[in-house]
Amino acid sequence: MVVLQDAQKTTATNPTVKPMIVTENATKKIVYDTRNLDLWYGEHHGLKDVNLEIYENEVTAIIGPSGCGKSTYLKTLNRMVELVPSVRTSGQIMYRERNILSKEYPVEELRTHVGMVFQKPNPFPKSIYDNIAYGPRIHGIRNKKVLDEIVEKSLRGAAIWDEVKDRLNQNAYGLSGGQQQRICIARCLAIEPDVILMDEPTSALDPISTLKVEELVQELKEQYSIVIVTHNMQQAARISNRTAFFLSGEVVEYDETDNIFQNPTDQRTEDYISGRFG
Amino acid sequence: MRYMDEALVTKRMSKRLAYNKLWRTIFFIATSFALITLAILLYRVVTQGAGYLNWEFLTNFASRFPAKAGIKAALIGSLWLMAVVAPVSIILGVGTAIYLEEYAKKNKINDFIRMNISNLAGVPSIVFGLLGLTIFVRTFGFGKSILAAGLTMSLLILPVIIVAAQEAIRAVPNDQREASYGMGATKWQTIIRVVLPAAIPGILTGSILALSRAIGETAPLVVIGIPVILQFLPTSVFSEFTALPMQIYDWAKRPQEEFQYVAAAGIIVLMTVLIIMNSIAVFIRNKFQKRY
Repeated sequence: MVVLQDAQKTTATNPTVKPMIVTENATKKIVYDTRNLDLWYGEHHGLKDVNLEIYENEVTAIIGPSGCGKSTYLKTLNRMVELVPSVRTSGQIMYRERNILSKEYPVEELRTHVGMVFQKPNPFPKSIYDNIAYGPRIHGIRNKKVLDEIVEKSLRGAAIWDEVKDRLNQNAYGLSGGQQQRICIARCLAIEPDVILMDEPTSALDPISTLKVEELVQELKEQYSIVIVTHNMQQAARISNRTAFFLSGEVVEYDETDNIFQNPTDQRTEDYISGRFG
Repeated sequence: MRYMDEALVTKRMSKRLAYNKLWRTIFFIATSFALITLAILLYRVVTQGAGYLNWEFLTNFASRFPAKAGIKAALIGSLWLMAVVAPVSIILGVGTAIYLEEYAKKNKINDFIRMNISNLAGVPSIVFGLLGLTIFVRTFGFGKSILAAGLTMSLLILPVIIVAAQEAIRAVPNDQREASYGMGATKWQTIIRVVLPAAIPGILTGSILALSRAIGETAPLVVIGIPVILQFLPTSVFSEFTALPMQIYDWAKRPQEEFQYVAAAGIIVLMTVLIIMNSIAVFIRNKFQKRY
Protein backbone atom coordinates (compact mmCIF):
# COMPACT_ATOMS: atom_id res chain seq x y z
CA MET A 1 0.00 0.00 0.00
CA VAL A 2 1.88 3.02 -1.30
CA VAL A 3 -0.70 5.32 0.21
CA LEU A 4 -0.05 4.21 3.72
CA GLN A 5 3.71 4.45 3.43
CA ASP A 6 3.36 8.01 2.24
CA ALA A 7 1.09 8.76 5.13
CA GLN A 8 3.58 7.53 7.67
CA LYS A 9 6.35 9.53 6.10
CA THR A 10 4.34 12.74 6.15
CA THR A 11 3.25 12.14 9.70
CA ALA A 12 6.81 11.78 10.82
CA THR A 13 8.07 14.95 9.20
CA ASN A 14 5.07 17.19 9.76
CA PRO A 15 3.81 17.32 13.32
CA THR A 16 0.64 19.23 12.35
CA VAL A 17 -0.66 16.23 10.42
CA LYS A 18 -3.08 14.11 12.37
CA PRO A 19 -1.64 10.62 12.75
CA MET A 20 -3.42 8.34 10.39
CA ILE A 21 -5.08 5.23 11.62
CA VAL A 22 -3.18 2.43 9.95
CA THR A 23 -5.07 -0.79 10.04
CA GLU A 24 -4.08 -4.16 8.73
CA ASN A 25 -7.45 -4.41 7.13
CA ALA A 26 -7.18 -3.01 3.63
CA THR A 27 -10.88 -2.28 3.33
CA LYS A 28 -11.30 1.45 3.59
CA LYS A 29 -14.05 3.30 5.33
CA ILE A 30 -16.84 4.62 3.16
CA VAL A 31 -17.42 8.36 3.40
CA TYR A 32 -20.17 8.75 0.86
CA ASP A 33 -22.51 6.05 -0.20
CA THR A 34 -24.73 7.15 -3.06
CA ARG A 35 -27.78 4.98 -3.54
CA ASN A 36 -30.06 5.17 -6.58
CA LEU A 37 -29.55 8.89 -7.03
CA ASP A 38 -31.63 10.53 -9.74
CA LEU A 39 -31.63 14.24 -10.45
CA TRP A 40 -33.70 16.42 -12.72
CA TYR A 41 -33.15 20.00 -13.88
CA GLY A 42 -36.77 20.81 -14.69
CA GLU A 43 -37.53 18.22 -17.36
CA HIS A 44 -33.91 17.29 -18.02
CA HIS A 45 -32.83 14.04 -16.38
CA GLY A 46 -29.33 15.05 -15.25
CA LEU A 47 -28.29 12.05 -13.16
CA LYS A 48 -29.66 8.56 -13.73
CA ASP A 49 -29.58 5.97 -10.98
CA VAL A 50 -26.12 6.79 -9.70
CA ASN A 51 -24.64 4.32 -7.23
CA LEU A 52 -21.19 5.23 -6.01
CA GLU A 53 -19.09 4.71 -2.90
CA ILE A 54 -16.43 7.21 -1.99
CA TYR A 55 -13.69 6.08 0.36
CA GLU A 56 -11.85 7.76 3.16
CA ASN A 57 -8.41 9.26 2.49
CA GLU A 58 -8.57 8.59 -1.18
CA VAL A 59 -8.71 10.79 -4.24
CA THR A 60 -11.76 9.91 -6.27
CA ALA A 61 -11.71 11.33 -9.77
CA ILE A 62 -14.83 11.87 -11.82
CA ILE A 63 -14.28 12.05 -15.55
CA GLY A 64 -16.52 12.26 -18.56
CA PRO A 65 -17.38 14.53 -21.48
CA SER A 66 -19.02 17.95 -21.04
CA GLY A 67 -22.61 17.73 -19.88
CA CYS A 68 -22.26 14.17 -18.58
CA GLY A 69 -23.34 15.19 -15.08
CA LYS A 70 -19.99 14.95 -13.35
CA SER A 71 -20.10 18.48 -11.91
CA THR A 72 -23.75 18.04 -11.04
CA TYR A 73 -22.93 14.90 -9.10
CA LEU A 74 -20.11 16.67 -7.26
CA LYS A 75 -22.46 19.50 -6.33
CA THR A 76 -25.04 17.14 -4.92
CA LEU A 77 -22.41 15.92 -2.46
CA ASN A 78 -22.59 19.28 -0.64
CA ARG A 79 -26.05 20.14 -1.97
CA MET A 80 -24.68 23.14 -3.81
CA VAL A 81 -26.86 21.99 -6.67
CA GLU A 82 -29.84 23.36 -4.75
CA LEU A 83 -28.76 26.89 -5.67
CA VAL A 84 -30.13 26.13 -9.12
CA PRO A 85 -33.90 26.58 -9.06
CA SER A 86 -36.06 23.71 -10.33
CA VAL A 87 -33.70 20.94 -9.25
CA ARG A 88 -35.31 17.73 -7.96
CA THR A 89 -33.57 14.68 -6.59
CA SER A 90 -34.57 11.19 -5.53
CA GLY A 91 -32.57 8.45 -3.90
CA GLN A 92 -30.10 8.73 -1.06
CA ILE A 93 -26.63 10.02 -0.45
CA MET A 94 -25.38 8.66 2.83
CA TYR A 95 -22.57 10.77 4.24
CA ARG A 96 -21.10 9.14 7.32
CA GLU A 97 -24.28 7.11 7.56
CA ARG A 98 -26.68 10.04 7.41
CA ASN A 99 -28.80 10.83 4.39
CA ILE A 100 -27.81 14.34 3.33
CA LEU A 101 -30.71 14.63 0.91
CA SER A 102 -33.15 14.43 3.80
CA LYS A 103 -34.75 17.73 4.76
CA GLU A 104 -33.67 17.25 8.37
CA TYR A 105 -30.00 17.50 7.46
CA PRO A 106 -29.11 21.22 7.67
CA VAL A 107 -27.16 22.11 4.57
CA GLU A 108 -25.00 24.55 6.55
CA GLU A 109 -23.86 21.71 8.80
CA LEU A 110 -23.08 19.48 5.83
CA ARG A 111 -20.97 22.16 4.23
CA THR A 112 -18.83 22.62 7.31
CA HIS A 113 -17.82 18.97 6.93
CA VAL A 114 -17.53 19.12 3.17
CA GLY A 115 -15.44 21.93 1.71
CA MET A 116 -15.41 22.90 -1.93
CA VAL A 117 -12.88 24.31 -4.36
CA PHE A 118 -14.27 25.76 -7.54
CA GLN A 119 -13.27 25.80 -11.17
CA LYS A 120 -12.37 29.48 -11.28
CA PRO A 121 -10.38 30.79 -8.30
CA ASN A 122 -12.92 32.81 -6.33
CA PRO A 123 -11.26 34.50 -3.39
CA PHE A 124 -13.20 37.28 -1.72
CA PRO A 125 -12.04 40.82 -2.46
CA LYS A 126 -10.59 40.95 1.03
CA SER A 127 -7.14 40.49 2.50
CA ILE A 128 -5.51 37.07 2.36
CA TYR A 129 -5.97 36.81 6.12
CA ASP A 130 -9.67 37.64 5.99
CA ASN A 131 -10.19 35.15 3.18
CA ILE A 132 -8.79 32.30 5.26
CA ALA A 133 -10.47 33.47 8.46
CA TYR A 134 -13.85 33.72 6.74
CA GLY A 135 -14.92 30.15 7.44
CA PRO A 136 -13.82 30.04 11.10
CA ARG A 137 -15.45 33.42 11.68
CA ILE A 138 -18.84 32.40 10.33
CA HIS A 139 -18.69 29.45 12.66
CA GLY A 140 -18.15 31.76 15.58
CA ILE A 141 -14.42 31.87 16.20
CA ARG A 142 -13.57 35.41 17.34
CA ASN A 143 -10.32 34.90 19.24
CA LYS A 144 -7.54 36.62 17.30
CA LYS A 145 -4.87 34.22 18.47
CA VAL A 146 -6.88 31.18 17.44
CA LEU A 147 -7.63 32.77 14.07
CA ASP A 148 -3.93 33.55 13.57
CA GLU A 149 -3.11 29.91 14.16
CA ILE A 150 -5.84 28.67 11.84
CA VAL A 151 -4.69 31.04 9.09
CA GLU A 152 -1.10 29.89 9.34
CA LYS A 153 -1.99 26.22 9.55
CA SER A 154 -4.37 26.45 6.58
CA LEU A 155 -1.91 28.38 4.43
CA ARG A 156 0.82 25.88 5.27
CA GLY A 157 -1.59 23.07 4.50
CA ALA A 158 -2.19 24.56 1.06
CA ALA A 159 1.57 24.99 0.52
CA ILE A 160 1.33 28.75 0.08
CA TRP A 161 2.42 30.04 3.49
CA ASP A 162 5.96 30.91 2.41
CA GLU A 163 4.70 32.86 -0.58
CA VAL A 164 2.21 35.02 1.32
CA LYS A 165 3.31 35.14 4.96
CA ASP A 166 4.68 38.69 4.55
CA ARG A 167 1.57 40.06 2.92
CA LEU A 168 -1.36 38.57 4.76
CA ASN A 169 -3.05 41.97 4.86
CA GLN A 170 -2.92 42.49 1.12
CA ASN A 171 -5.87 41.87 -1.15
CA ALA A 172 -6.02 38.28 -2.37
CA TYR A 173 -6.64 39.60 -5.87
CA GLY A 174 -3.06 40.78 -6.06
CA LEU A 175 -1.95 37.14 -6.33
CA SER A 176 -1.55 35.11 -9.51
CA GLY A 177 -4.32 32.75 -10.61
CA GLY A 178 -2.49 29.70 -9.31
CA GLN A 179 -1.82 31.34 -5.96
CA GLN A 180 -5.46 32.44 -5.75
CA GLN A 181 -6.56 28.86 -6.25
CA ARG A 182 -4.28 27.66 -3.46
CA ILE A 183 -5.69 30.48 -1.28
CA CYS A 184 -9.12 29.05 -2.02
CA ILE A 185 -7.88 25.61 -1.02
CA ALA A 186 -6.45 27.08 2.20
CA ARG A 187 -9.76 28.85 2.83
CA CYS A 188 -11.46 25.51 2.49
CA LEU A 189 -8.97 23.83 4.87
CA ALA A 190 -9.66 26.51 7.47
CA ILE A 191 -13.06 25.00 8.26
CA GLU A 192 -11.24 21.71 8.93
CA PRO A 193 -13.40 19.69 6.59
CA ASP A 194 -13.67 15.94 6.34
CA VAL A 195 -14.14 15.87 2.58
CA ILE A 196 -12.91 18.30 -0.07
CA LEU A 197 -14.81 18.56 -3.33
CA MET A 198 -12.87 19.98 -6.25
CA ASP A 199 -14.65 21.06 -9.40
CA GLU A 200 -12.03 21.15 -12.16
CA PRO A 201 -9.68 23.08 -9.88
CA THR A 202 -6.90 23.41 -12.43
CA SER A 203 -8.82 24.13 -15.60
CA ALA A 204 -8.16 27.89 -15.31
CA LEU A 205 -4.50 27.49 -14.34
CA ASP A 206 -1.21 27.35 -16.21
CA PRO A 207 0.78 24.07 -16.27
CA ILE A 208 3.12 24.97 -13.40
CA SER A 209 0.28 26.05 -11.12
CA THR A 210 -1.59 22.91 -12.14
CA LEU A 211 1.37 20.80 -11.07
CA LYS A 212 1.48 22.53 -7.68
CA VAL A 213 -2.21 21.93 -7.11
CA GLU A 214 -1.83 18.29 -8.13
CA GLU A 215 1.04 17.81 -5.69
CA LEU A 216 -1.05 19.47 -3.04
CA VAL A 217 -3.94 17.10 -3.68
CA GLN A 218 -1.53 14.19 -3.14
CA GLU A 219 -0.54 15.62 0.24
CA LEU A 220 -4.07 16.51 1.27
CA LYS A 221 -5.47 13.02 0.79
CA GLU A 222 -3.51 11.89 3.84
CA GLN A 223 -5.90 13.87 5.97
CA TYR A 224 -8.92 14.42 3.82
CA SER A 225 -11.08 12.48 1.42
CA ILE A 226 -11.03 14.23 -1.94
CA VAL A 227 -13.46 14.07 -4.81
CA ILE A 228 -12.19 15.79 -7.93
CA VAL A 229 -13.97 16.44 -11.19
CA THR A 230 -11.58 16.82 -14.06
CA HIS A 231 -11.59 17.19 -17.80
CA ASN A 232 -8.01 16.13 -17.92
CA MET A 233 -7.68 12.35 -18.09
CA GLN A 234 -3.93 12.37 -17.47
CA GLN A 235 -4.65 14.33 -14.32
CA ALA A 236 -7.15 11.72 -13.16
CA ALA A 237 -4.63 8.98 -13.92
CA ARG A 238 -1.85 10.82 -12.09
CA ILE A 239 -3.56 11.79 -8.88
CA SER A 240 -6.55 9.58 -8.18
CA ASN A 241 -7.00 6.23 -6.48
CA ARG A 242 -10.37 5.58 -8.00
CA THR A 243 -12.04 6.91 -11.10
CA ALA A 244 -15.69 7.10 -12.06
CA PHE A 245 -16.55 7.55 -15.71
CA PHE A 246 -19.83 9.40 -16.28
CA LEU A 247 -21.71 9.49 -19.56
CA SER A 248 -25.10 11.19 -20.11
CA GLY A 249 -25.83 11.21 -16.40
CA GLU A 250 -24.96 7.58 -15.81
CA VAL A 251 -21.96 5.97 -14.15
CA VAL A 252 -20.56 3.78 -16.90
CA GLU A 253 -17.67 2.42 -14.91
CA TYR A 254 -16.22 2.93 -11.46
CA ASP A 255 -13.08 1.20 -10.35
CA GLU A 256 -9.54 1.70 -9.16
CA THR A 257 -7.85 4.20 -11.42
CA ASP A 258 -5.29 1.74 -12.72
CA ASN A 259 -8.00 -0.64 -13.83
CA ILE A 260 -10.02 2.12 -15.49
CA PHE A 261 -7.09 3.36 -17.51
CA GLN A 262 -5.34 0.11 -18.26
CA ASN A 263 -8.10 -2.39 -18.28
CA PRO A 264 -11.50 -0.82 -18.79
CA THR A 265 -14.35 -3.29 -18.93
CA ASP A 266 -16.78 -1.11 -20.85
CA GLN A 267 -16.20 -0.24 -24.49
CA ARG A 268 -17.42 3.34 -23.93
CA THR A 269 -14.84 3.88 -21.19
CA GLU A 270 -12.12 2.64 -23.47
CA ASP A 271 -13.30 4.88 -26.29
CA TYR A 272 -13.34 7.89 -24.00
CA ILE A 273 -9.96 7.42 -22.34
CA SER A 274 -8.31 6.66 -25.66
CA GLY A 275 -9.64 9.96 -26.97
CA ARG A 276 -12.12 8.60 -29.50
CA PHE A 277 -14.80 11.01 -28.28
CA GLY A 278 -15.43 13.60 -25.59
CA MET B 1 -12.77 33.06 -58.19
CA ARG B 2 -12.69 36.07 -55.89
CA TYR B 3 -15.89 37.75 -54.80
CA MET B 4 -14.18 40.93 -53.56
CA ASP B 5 -13.91 43.32 -56.51
CA GLU B 6 -10.87 45.56 -55.94
CA ALA B 7 -12.15 48.29 -58.25
CA LEU B 8 -15.50 48.42 -56.50
CA VAL B 9 -13.89 48.48 -53.08
CA THR B 10 -11.68 51.41 -54.08
CA LYS B 11 -14.58 53.25 -55.62
CA ARG B 12 -16.73 52.93 -52.51
CA MET B 13 -13.91 53.67 -50.09
CA SER B 14 -14.17 57.47 -50.09
CA LYS B 15 -17.95 57.29 -49.67
CA ARG B 16 -17.65 54.91 -46.73
CA LEU B 17 -15.04 57.08 -45.07
CA ALA B 18 -17.22 60.15 -45.55
CA TYR B 19 -20.17 58.40 -43.91
CA ASN B 20 -17.93 57.36 -41.07
CA LYS B 21 -17.01 60.99 -40.48
CA LEU B 22 -20.59 62.20 -40.83
CA TRP B 23 -21.85 59.95 -38.06
CA ARG B 24 -19.02 60.96 -35.78
CA THR B 25 -20.04 64.61 -36.31
CA ILE B 26 -23.72 63.87 -35.63
CA PHE B 27 -22.92 62.15 -32.34
CA PHE B 28 -20.57 64.96 -31.36
CA ILE B 29 -23.32 67.56 -32.00
CA ALA B 30 -25.71 65.52 -29.85
CA THR B 31 -23.22 65.62 -26.99
CA SER B 32 -22.47 69.32 -27.48
CA PHE B 33 -26.15 70.15 -27.31
CA ALA B 34 -26.36 69.05 -23.69
CA LEU B 35 -23.05 70.61 -22.75
CA ILE B 36 -23.89 73.97 -24.36
CA THR B 37 -27.29 74.08 -22.67
CA LEU B 38 -25.68 73.43 -19.31
CA ALA B 39 -23.02 76.08 -19.97
CA ILE B 40 -25.59 78.74 -20.92
CA LEU B 41 -27.69 77.88 -17.89
CA LEU B 42 -24.73 78.10 -15.54
CA TYR B 43 -23.53 81.35 -17.14
CA ARG B 44 -26.94 83.04 -16.77
CA VAL B 45 -27.46 81.84 -13.22
CA VAL B 46 -24.00 82.82 -12.07
CA THR B 47 -23.99 86.27 -13.71
CA GLN B 48 -27.42 87.05 -12.32
CA GLY B 49 -27.07 85.54 -8.89
CA ALA B 50 -23.44 86.07 -7.96
CA GLY B 51 -24.11 89.67 -6.91
CA TYR B 52 -26.64 88.58 -4.30
CA LEU B 53 -24.60 85.68 -3.05
CA ASN B 54 -22.86 86.53 0.20
CA TRP B 55 -22.73 85.37 3.79
CA GLU B 56 -25.89 87.33 4.72
CA PHE B 57 -27.77 85.53 1.97
CA LEU B 58 -26.99 82.24 3.66
CA THR B 59 -27.75 83.46 7.18
CA ASN B 60 -30.85 85.65 6.63
CA PHE B 61 -34.45 84.53 6.66
CA ALA B 62 -36.74 85.30 3.74
CA SER B 63 -37.78 88.94 3.40
CA ARG B 64 -39.98 91.10 1.21
CA PHE B 65 -36.94 93.29 0.49
CA PRO B 66 -34.72 91.60 -2.10
CA ALA B 67 -31.53 92.99 -0.59
CA LYS B 68 -32.35 91.47 2.82
CA ALA B 69 -33.74 88.19 1.52
CA GLY B 70 -31.86 85.10 2.68
CA ILE B 71 -32.04 81.37 2.23
CA LYS B 72 -31.34 80.19 5.77
CA ALA B 73 -34.74 78.64 6.47
CA ALA B 74 -34.81 76.83 3.12
CA LEU B 75 -31.24 75.54 3.34
CA ILE B 76 -31.70 74.22 6.87
CA GLY B 77 -35.15 72.90 5.91
CA SER B 78 -33.70 70.95 2.99
CA LEU B 79 -31.06 69.45 5.27
CA TRP B 80 -33.79 68.39 7.72
CA LEU B 81 -35.71 66.91 4.82
CA MET B 82 -32.68 64.88 3.78
CA ALA B 83 -32.26 63.67 7.37
CA VAL B 84 -35.67 62.01 7.04
CA VAL B 85 -35.47 60.94 3.40
CA ALA B 86 -31.99 59.36 3.49
CA PRO B 87 -32.51 56.77 6.25
CA VAL B 88 -36.11 55.95 5.31
CA SER B 89 -35.49 55.51 1.59
CA ILE B 90 -32.14 53.73 1.89
CA ILE B 91 -33.28 51.25 4.54
CA LEU B 92 -36.53 50.44 2.73
CA GLY B 93 -34.90 50.48 -0.69
CA VAL B 94 -31.91 48.29 0.12
CA GLY B 95 -34.12 45.93 2.14
CA THR B 96 -36.45 45.53 -0.81
CA ALA B 97 -33.56 45.00 -3.20
CA ILE B 98 -32.01 42.32 -0.97
CA TYR B 99 -35.34 40.54 -0.70
CA LEU B 100 -35.97 40.61 -4.44
CA GLU B 101 -32.46 39.57 -5.46
CA GLU B 102 -31.46 37.13 -2.73
CA TYR B 103 -34.62 35.67 -1.24
CA ALA B 104 -37.50 35.94 -3.70
CA LYS B 105 -37.97 32.92 -5.93
CA LYS B 106 -38.10 33.43 -9.65
CA ASN B 107 -41.83 33.17 -10.27
CA LYS B 108 -44.55 35.17 -11.98
CA ILE B 109 -45.61 37.13 -8.89
CA ASN B 110 -42.07 38.29 -8.18
CA ASP B 111 -41.46 39.11 -11.83
CA PHE B 112 -44.61 41.22 -11.68
CA ILE B 113 -43.34 43.02 -8.57
CA ARG B 114 -39.95 43.65 -10.18
CA MET B 115 -41.53 45.04 -13.32
CA ASN B 116 -43.81 47.34 -11.38
CA ILE B 117 -41.01 48.78 -9.29
CA SER B 118 -39.39 49.89 -12.53
CA ASN B 119 -42.73 51.34 -13.63
CA LEU B 120 -43.06 53.15 -10.32
CA ALA B 121 -39.80 54.96 -11.04
CA GLY B 122 -41.52 56.59 -13.99
CA VAL B 123 -44.58 57.91 -12.12
CA PRO B 124 -44.63 61.75 -12.17
CA SER B 125 -43.58 63.36 -8.92
CA ILE B 126 -46.82 65.32 -8.61
CA VAL B 127 -48.70 62.04 -8.30
CA PHE B 128 -46.49 61.11 -5.35
CA GLY B 129 -47.24 64.57 -3.94
CA LEU B 130 -50.98 63.86 -4.06
CA LEU B 131 -50.39 60.47 -2.42
CA GLY B 132 -48.37 62.13 0.34
CA LEU B 133 -51.04 64.77 0.85
CA THR B 134 -53.73 62.13 1.25
CA ILE B 135 -51.82 59.67 3.39
CA PHE B 136 -49.23 61.48 5.44
CA VAL B 137 -50.61 65.04 5.70
CA ARG B 138 -54.29 64.19 6.16
CA THR B 139 -54.83 60.53 7.13
CA PHE B 140 -51.85 60.27 9.48
CA GLY B 141 -52.25 63.92 10.47
CA PHE B 142 -48.59 64.84 10.12
CA GLY B 143 -49.58 68.20 8.62
CA LYS B 144 -47.16 70.17 6.47
CA SER B 145 -44.27 68.84 8.48
CA ILE B 146 -40.79 67.64 7.61
CA LEU B 147 -41.97 64.12 8.39
CA ALA B 148 -44.85 64.23 5.90
CA ALA B 149 -42.71 65.76 3.16
CA GLY B 150 -39.80 63.43 3.94
CA LEU B 151 -41.93 60.30 3.73
CA THR B 152 -43.45 61.52 0.47
CA MET B 153 -40.02 62.19 -0.99
CA SER B 154 -38.87 58.76 0.22
CA LEU B 155 -41.69 57.10 -1.70
CA LEU B 156 -40.74 59.14 -4.74
CA ILE B 157 -37.11 58.04 -4.84
CA LEU B 158 -37.63 54.56 -3.41
CA PRO B 159 -38.00 52.87 -6.82
CA VAL B 160 -34.79 54.51 -8.04
CA ILE B 161 -32.88 53.27 -4.99
CA ILE B 162 -34.38 49.79 -5.26
CA VAL B 163 -33.41 49.47 -8.92
CA ALA B 164 -29.88 50.81 -8.28
CA ALA B 165 -29.39 48.50 -5.30
CA GLN B 166 -30.76 45.52 -7.24
CA GLU B 167 -28.27 46.17 -10.01
CA ALA B 168 -25.41 46.52 -7.52
CA ILE B 169 -26.38 43.26 -5.80
CA ARG B 170 -26.80 41.46 -9.11
CA ALA B 171 -23.32 42.63 -10.17
CA VAL B 172 -21.75 40.62 -7.33
CA PRO B 173 -20.50 37.47 -9.10
CA ASN B 174 -22.28 34.28 -8.13
CA ASP B 175 -19.00 32.50 -7.42
CA GLN B 176 -18.62 34.79 -4.40
CA ARG B 177 -21.89 33.53 -2.96
CA GLU B 178 -20.95 29.94 -3.80
CA ALA B 179 -17.62 30.33 -1.98
CA SER B 180 -19.46 31.51 1.11
CA TYR B 181 -22.22 28.89 1.02
CA GLY B 182 -19.55 26.28 0.34
CA MET B 183 -18.08 26.89 3.78
CA GLY B 184 -21.39 26.47 5.51
CA ALA B 185 -22.41 30.11 5.73
CA THR B 186 -26.10 30.86 6.05
CA LYS B 187 -27.86 33.10 3.58
CA TRP B 188 -27.80 36.01 6.02
CA GLN B 189 -24.06 35.60 6.72
CA THR B 190 -23.42 35.49 2.99
CA ILE B 191 -25.45 38.65 2.43
CA ILE B 192 -23.93 40.66 5.26
CA ARG B 193 -20.31 39.51 4.78
CA VAL B 194 -19.96 38.98 1.06
CA VAL B 195 -22.79 40.45 -0.99
CA LEU B 196 -23.36 43.78 0.75
CA PRO B 197 -19.68 44.76 1.16
CA ALA B 198 -19.22 44.19 -2.56
CA ALA B 199 -22.46 45.97 -3.49
CA ILE B 200 -22.16 48.94 -1.12
CA PRO B 201 -20.35 51.26 -3.57
CA GLY B 202 -23.05 50.78 -6.18
CA ILE B 203 -25.82 51.08 -3.62
CA LEU B 204 -24.43 54.29 -2.13
CA THR B 205 -23.79 55.84 -5.52
CA GLY B 206 -27.35 55.13 -6.63
CA SER B 207 -28.76 56.31 -3.31
CA ILE B 208 -26.89 59.60 -3.33
CA LEU B 209 -27.97 60.32 -6.90
CA ALA B 210 -31.55 59.54 -5.87
CA LEU B 211 -31.24 61.83 -2.83
CA SER B 212 -29.96 64.63 -5.01
CA ARG B 213 -33.08 64.22 -7.08
CA ALA B 214 -35.17 64.50 -3.91
CA ILE B 215 -33.42 67.67 -2.79
CA GLY B 216 -34.26 69.41 -6.07
CA GLU B 217 -37.82 68.09 -6.35
CA THR B 218 -40.52 70.78 -6.05
CA ALA B 219 -43.86 69.40 -7.20
CA PRO B 220 -44.59 67.14 -4.19
CA LEU B 221 -43.78 70.04 -1.83
CA VAL B 222 -46.16 72.35 -3.70
CA VAL B 223 -48.94 69.77 -3.49
CA ILE B 224 -48.37 69.15 0.20
CA GLY B 225 -48.54 72.92 0.58
CA ILE B 226 -45.47 73.67 2.63
CA PRO B 227 -45.01 77.40 3.34
CA VAL B 228 -42.35 79.56 1.70
CA ILE B 229 -41.87 82.50 3.99
CA LEU B 230 -40.74 81.22 7.34
CA GLN B 231 -39.02 83.28 9.99
CA PHE B 232 -38.00 80.38 12.17
CA LEU B 233 -36.05 77.15 11.91
CA PRO B 234 -37.57 73.70 12.39
CA THR B 235 -37.05 72.17 15.82
CA SER B 236 -38.23 68.63 15.13
CA VAL B 237 -39.49 66.44 12.28
CA PHE B 238 -43.01 67.61 13.15
CA SER B 239 -42.15 71.28 12.50
CA GLU B 240 -43.28 73.20 9.48
CA PHE B 241 -40.44 73.99 7.15
CA THR B 242 -39.54 75.21 3.72
CA ALA B 243 -37.01 73.84 1.23
CA LEU B 244 -34.59 75.22 -1.35
CA PRO B 245 -36.60 74.53 -4.52
CA MET B 246 -39.77 75.98 -2.91
CA GLN B 247 -37.93 79.12 -1.94
CA ILE B 248 -36.47 79.50 -5.43
CA TYR B 249 -39.87 78.91 -7.00
CA ASP B 250 -41.42 81.58 -4.78
CA TRP B 251 -38.76 84.17 -5.59
CA ALA B 252 -38.86 83.43 -9.31
CA LYS B 253 -42.60 84.11 -9.56
CA ARG B 254 -42.47 87.49 -7.76
CA PRO B 255 -43.04 90.61 -9.86
CA GLN B 256 -40.02 92.63 -8.63
CA GLU B 257 -37.07 92.15 -10.98
CA GLU B 258 -34.53 92.01 -8.13
CA PHE B 259 -36.12 88.83 -6.85
CA GLN B 260 -35.13 87.13 -10.13
CA TYR B 261 -31.53 87.71 -9.10
CA VAL B 262 -32.23 86.45 -5.61
CA ALA B 263 -33.71 83.32 -7.18
CA ALA B 264 -30.55 82.91 -9.25
CA ALA B 265 -28.48 83.13 -6.07
CA GLY B 266 -30.72 80.45 -4.56
CA ILE B 267 -30.15 78.26 -7.60
CA ILE B 268 -26.40 78.60 -7.10
CA VAL B 269 -26.78 77.37 -3.52
CA LEU B 270 -28.98 74.46 -4.61
CA MET B 271 -26.61 73.49 -7.41
CA THR B 272 -23.64 73.66 -5.08
CA VAL B 273 -25.39 71.23 -2.75
CA LEU B 274 -26.11 68.94 -5.72
CA ILE B 275 -22.54 69.07 -7.01
CA ILE B 276 -21.23 68.22 -3.54
CA MET B 277 -23.59 65.24 -3.28
CA ASN B 278 -22.72 63.99 -6.76
CA SER B 279 -19.00 64.38 -6.05
CA ILE B 280 -19.40 62.26 -2.95
CA ALA B 281 -21.11 59.62 -5.10
CA VAL B 282 -18.27 59.65 -7.62
CA PHE B 283 -15.70 59.54 -4.82
CA ILE B 284 -17.35 56.53 -3.19
CA ARG B 285 -17.62 54.75 -6.51
CA ASN B 286 -13.94 55.22 -7.30
CA LYS B 287 -12.63 54.59 -3.82
CA PHE B 288 -14.52 51.47 -2.86
CA GLN B 289 -15.07 49.73 -6.15
CA LYS B 290 -14.02 46.09 -5.88
CA ARG B 291 -12.50 44.23 -8.74
CA TYR B 292 -12.94 40.55 -9.43
